Amino acid sequence: MPLLEIRSLSKSIGPAEILRDINLSVERGEILGLIGPTGSGKTTLLRLVNLLDESSSGSILFDGSLISGRPEREKLAVRRKMAMVFQKPVMFKARVEENVSFGLKMRGRDDAEEMRGRVKEALAAVGLSGYESRDANTLSGGETQRIALARAIILQPELLLLDEPTANLDPRSAASIDSLLQSLAGGSTAVILATHNMQQCRKLADRVAVLQAGRLTAQGKSEEIFGPEEKSKVSGPHACGITLPW
Amino acid sequence: MEEIYSGLLRALELIASGDPQVVEITFRSLFISLSSAFLAGIICIPLGGIIEFRQFRGKRALINLIQTLYSLPTVTVGLLVFLLISRSGPLGGLNLLFSPVGMIFGQAILVSPIMVGLTVTALAGVSPQIRDTARSLGATEMQIIVTVIKEARVAVIAAVLLGFGRALSEVGVAMMIGGNIRGYTRVLTTAIALETSMGNIELSMALGIILISISLAINILLNRFQGR
Amino acid sequence: MLLLALAVLCGAAGAAEGERLRLATTTSLQDTGLLDLIKDKFDEKYNATLDVVSGGTGIAIQYAERGDVDVLIVHDKVRELKFIDEGYGLERRCIAYNYFYLIGPKDDPAGVKGMNVSQAMATIMEKGKADPSKVMFISRGDNSGTHAREKLLWKGANYDYSAVNSSGPWYIEAGQGMGATLNIANEKQAYTLSDMSTFMAYQGNLTLVSIIEGGDELLNVYVAMAVNPKKHPGVNCELANELINYLVSDEGQNLIAGFGKEKFGTPLFSAARGNCELIGCSAAECAVSTSASCAVA
Repeated sequence: MPLLEIRSLSKSIGPAEILRDINLSVERGEILGLIGPTGSGKTTLLRLVNLLDESSSGSILFDGSLISGRPEREKLAVRRKMAMVFQKPVMFKARVEENVSFGLKMRGRDDAEEMRGRVKEALAAVGLSGYESRDANTLSGGETQRIALARAIILQPELLLLDEPTANLDPRSAASIDSLLQSLAGGSTAVILATHNMQQCRKLADRVAVLQAGRLTAQGKSEEIFGPEEKSKVSGPHACGITLPW
Repeated sequence: MEEIYSGLLRALELIASGDPQVVEITFRSLFISLSSAFLAGIICIPLGGIIEFRQFRGKRALINLIQTLYSLPTVTVGLLVFLLISRSGPLGGLNLLFSPVGMIFGQAILVSPIMVGLTVTALAGVSPQIRDTARSLGATEMQIIVTVIKEARVAVIAAVLLGFGRALSEVGVAMMIGGNIRGYTRVLTTAIALETSMGNIELSMALGIILISISLAINILLNRFQGR
Repeated sequence: MLLLALAVLCGAAGAAEGERLRLATTTSLQDTGLLDLIKDKFDEKYNATLDVVSGGTGIAIQYAERGDVDVLIVHDKVRELKFIDEGYGLERRCIAYNYFYLIGPKDDPAGVKGMNVSQAMATIMEKGKADPSKVMFISRGDNSGTHAREKLLWKGANYDYSAVNSSGPWYIEAGQGMGATLNIANEKQAYTLSDMSTFMAYQGNLTLVSIIEGGDELLNVYVAMAVNPKKHPGVNCELANELINYLVSDEGQNLIAGFGKEKFGTPLFSAARGNCELIGCSAAECAVSTSASCAVA
């Protein structure tokens, strides 16, 4: 049974159709690359999966049970098994430590010792050890992005939703995040990585889904979409017969 | 002019010498108005949160109504609370009329619209991404409200300060509910009204100077907060 | 900050310890300072706290009828009798008296000095209607005892009060206490009716003088009444009776009769004791101890 299953999911806002008939599943521990240009509906899809918005039709199953359209109490329980990093993360007006431990506190954890230990681990994982007492709103863009990631992985989610996690980063920060994601792969955390960066996608993703103008136009193993590694360096996605319009 | 000048000198003398009557009335005033602002705050801030976060019919109209009540005339609140807590009223058994607790109650009602309204405005000013982030990180509805209130804390504290200022400077509730009882419910505003009518201009001026100074201090504090 | 405020709140609730007695009274007793003196003595003697709420007789009686105070000191016989008749008060007990004064500008623009008070009122009205810039009358206009007396005086001069009230700019309703009304009359150089004690207490700040004094029509009797616990079981009837008994005791009467001698050269009030007949109080109303019981059953 897949961890996440999306069945003919559609989302319209007014007359605008943002997503149409999406069918997609994510297995435990895998990294699914969700690739598509800006405005193709990646963010909308991640928000639907994170149960932040309601779909117009279709259904989402988590661990085999239907979660879309359920009461908030049930949604919250499932949402607490996931974590999402937004494209432009915002920090709470507090220190880094409070930001990173936020999700644990929401889950009622109050052992200060345990909390401090886990914050330390999470910060180390994103390469920002010792940042605990920094004011979270004075960080650089790259630092903010990484703290947002720490804020998510500290929750040890079953499903991690990442929306363009390196879009606004300098190459060095981006590389460090990529290697962090790589280290996550193979563990118990499944990842949906929404990105328009094909290099990143092919390097990290086990499987890839291509989203164009609100529709899934292709999905499959990374190699199937991008072609073998050597080739792709020359000809990119065109090599396997798919035309990506950007 | 002569009267104002000499009165001013004498008033400053009263303040500088720490005249026991002046000190006592000042502290009572601060105590009662701080308490009412505090009481109103613990009710109105969550209430403002609920209004801002819940979607319901007539929400816009409710917010408009609350904003209209900002300038609720103090005497009408005084009358309302009087009718409520008078021994013949529905809450008469609590024995609150002509007591500081009754005044706190009345002033809390008086400043509630300002606090609820400004809290709603303050929370609306918090980026919706904060809500999404909190929700996404597993916060319950209540935890989201608390998180957003914390984010807006500067503006929310400003709302409480403004309420405190209004409570401190109002005279209707203080007079009608407190009864201006010497040594018990006499506060700056009611004392000024009484002392002026009794011709004790210097004492009135001393109390007035203190009242203005406190209001000024509140405003400076407010600007500090909002300027950051 | 939060804890502090909480502590402060609890403090407020706790401050109501010990017995409190709520007295509603007319502004004249409060503004002259007599009640401050009585309060200090009473608090000490009975280990209680006397809370004095001052307003006109009208509002004071209303507070009592609603059960918001335990005891009253007022000065309007008609409403006092009604208050007792309707069962709100235990009994009427006379504690002090003095006289109302007709107050006016030194040069007496209406020329009423030497008249009896009915003639004087009629003349002020006539001259006021003729030239309101010269002759004006300021009324309390607040249902106080003094206001009630003013109405009686108009009636005595054969005028219907509602007609007087709306007969032109010469007649001004202040809607305030005696002190404030005197200040207004002083600003406008107008005539007004004042109890003697408030006028004496404010005289230093005024250029107005008393034009007519004395006479039965201007007699001003202060009466204390405890609120009947049968109407409002929550009132502190025992302590109310203690206060009244204290006021009519030798000590209380001496206190009242001596008040103001030092400051104003002449006492502001006379003791009721010994002058009962003169001021129209019955023997029972001047009795030394109460005959009414606080029992509710």
